[in-house]
Amino acid sequence: MARAQAVFRSVLPFLLGLPILFAIQGITPPDYALILVSVGVNVVLAVSLNVVNGFTGQFSLGHAGFMAVGAYTAAKITTGLVGVDLPFVPQSFSDQAIFALALTAGMGTAAIAGFLVGMPSLRLRGDYLAIVTLGFGEIIRSIIENMKTLGQATGLSGLPPRTNLVWVGVSAIATVVMARRLAVSTQGRALFAIREDEVAAEAMGVDTTGYKVRAFVISAAYAGLAGALISHAILLATPRMFTFVRSIEVVVMVVLGGLGSITGSIVAACTLTIALELLREFQAYRMVVYAILLIALMLLRPQGIFGTREIWDLAIVRRLFRTRQLAATGPAGASPTEVRDDSTKGVV
Amino acid sequence: MSRVTEFLQHFVNGLSVGTIYALIALGYTMVYGVLKLINFAHGDVYMVGAFSGYYLGIVGGGGEPSFFRAAYVTLGAMIACALLGFVIERFAYRPLRHRARLTALITAIGVSFLLEYGFQLSPWIRTPVQFPPGPSPRFFPPLIDFGGERSIEILGATMPKIDLLGLGVALGLMLVLQFIVYRTRFGTAMRAVSFDPQVAGLMGIPVNRIISWTFMLGSALAAAAGIINASSRPKIEPLFGLISGLKAFVAAVLGGIGSVPGAMAGGLLLGLTEEYVAGYTDSSYRDAIAFTVLILVLLVRPAGLFGRVTVEKV
Repeated sequence: MARAQAVFRSVLPFLLGLPILFAIQGITPPDYALILVSVGVNVVLAVSLNVVNGFTGQFSLGHAGFMAVGAYTAAKITTGLVGVDLPFVPQSFSDQAIFALALTAGMGTAAIAGFLVGMPSLRLRGDYLAIVTLGFGEIIRSIIENMKTLGQATGLSGLPPRTNLVWVGVSAIATVVMARRLAVSTQGRALFAIREDEVAAEAMGVDTTGYKVRAFVISAAYAGLAGALISHAILLATPRMFTFVRSIEVVVMVVLGGLGSITGSIVAACTLTIALELLREFQAYRMVVYAILLIALMLLRPQGIFGTREIWDLAIVRRLFRTRQLAATGPAGASPTEVRDDSTKGVV
Repeated sequence: MSRVTEFLQHFVNGLSVGTIYALIALGYTMVYGVLKLINFAHGDVYMVGAFSGYYLGIVGGGGEPSFFRAAYVTLGAMIACALLGFVIERFAYRPLRHRARLTALITAIGVSFLLEYGFQLSPWIRTPVQFPPGPSPRFFPPLIDFGGERSIEILGATMPKIDLLGLGVALGLMLVLQFIVYRTRFGTAMRAVSFDPQVAGLMGIPVNRIISWTFMLGSALAAAAGIINASSRPKIEPLFGLISGLKAFVAAVLGGIGSVPGAMAGGLLLGLTEEYVAGYTDSSYRDAIAFTVLILVLLVRPAGLFGRVTVEKV
């Protein structure tokens, strides 16, 4: 019974979302489609980074590296299979099937990259982990820039235009459902335990490194998905798209929304992306605004807009959807930027 | 070029880059020593150092390159960066000292981006100098005139005189720092704060003032590194501090973060490693070398060459 309910809860958002997505896809003028695509991609990125930085309390600065892995894998597959049609099905269906394959492959390779990066680096903590993940992100970019088959610094161009709003929307829903289901699972409990106190979690028998690596792999896979989507929307994959600055943009979104809050990440990703789109004339000030936002946020409200709270934990929403059972076990606790006991260690 | 000469040439080049890393790494290591904070903005302070030297060179010391002018520009930039370091610590880090460690790290990233991208904005002030400098590279004015020969030859390897002078200045500054840290009352207080800030405070050490001074000292060293680097490689732009800063951090970890001699050794070692690996293999992987070194060090010996292994107490 409980299991059937769990499956139902995972599938329901897709069933509700798909008709809406097709409708949006139908009515959106092409000028605005790219903005919506980048909103969706940023939601995927922010929510997936939140699994590592928010749920687990580890600070990764290498998200763009995994995006690159996913983007290049998918781009290689779609450009390689550009004239190939599956037999007995219409051309358009065949294209979409190949794109689905490319997205899956992108997630897969990004997950493998996440495992390879996570295994050595997740033994480290806090600021060391941040720098090492940053380093790995740059190493991935450096490798891509030196590979002839990946077009070196100029990258791959002429990708087929496969990304549409339905793909992006389904990916965003999948990411949110994944994060939500993770948060209420045993795996999620372990991640929160690591966030609250790693030493205590280990003492209680939580395999901390194992859980951290798993969270990292999941997060990397979705970053790869986001990379594959965005590269098939702008029909280009270059190393310059996946610099350390891109990782920081995602970090700003997660921190602004609140480390540990899925709702926060979604809201922050949507607001920031749209706000920056509206302020296009002030492009030069974009990163300055990000920087000031980060500093001001840390000084004034370090837990972000939502802290670790979620919209579905609100009493009114709970009553509306009768999610009492799940909400009672929803994520709660201090976000990694709030005052906690370990903050006194080694600091004045 | 014979093999020996090539080897020597790489050594000379590596030494020249290594001293820059070492000077920046000293600032990282001292700040980490007292605050347990990776001052992400330190590489950008180094960039600001080079730019303040550039501006000072235009405004006050115009005219012929001379020893006096070089000293004026270098000291001026060091003072300017010391003030910048003070401001950053006072307004961005001090309010967060009792918060979770991650908060300070995020703020440090914010400060770093503010400096990098703030300097890339198109100029607001046009006279006497253009500030902010904008994204296009600027050329650092020559500070010292060496007469006819610009470089000397050692066993066939050429070494520019400016690099030799830079090496001398860097070594001098490191000796001064070593003296300050281990032979003065301020240095003793600094080491006490690093060892245990709470107890140091109970012993009557003005912890806040010591931390401010540490930041200023580290930032001044970064400014000196900026000037030395810009004199030898005159193209400066707002983003050049980022990668050097990260590499200097690697140098600090390599030497053992928190250790002053470690930062010097780590910086030189990293400069040489980079130069030799890039020189004898594929130089397009240059930027990845430092990070590979970092990962190897953290896996094999996280405490670094000179660091003490610490056990975590609950």
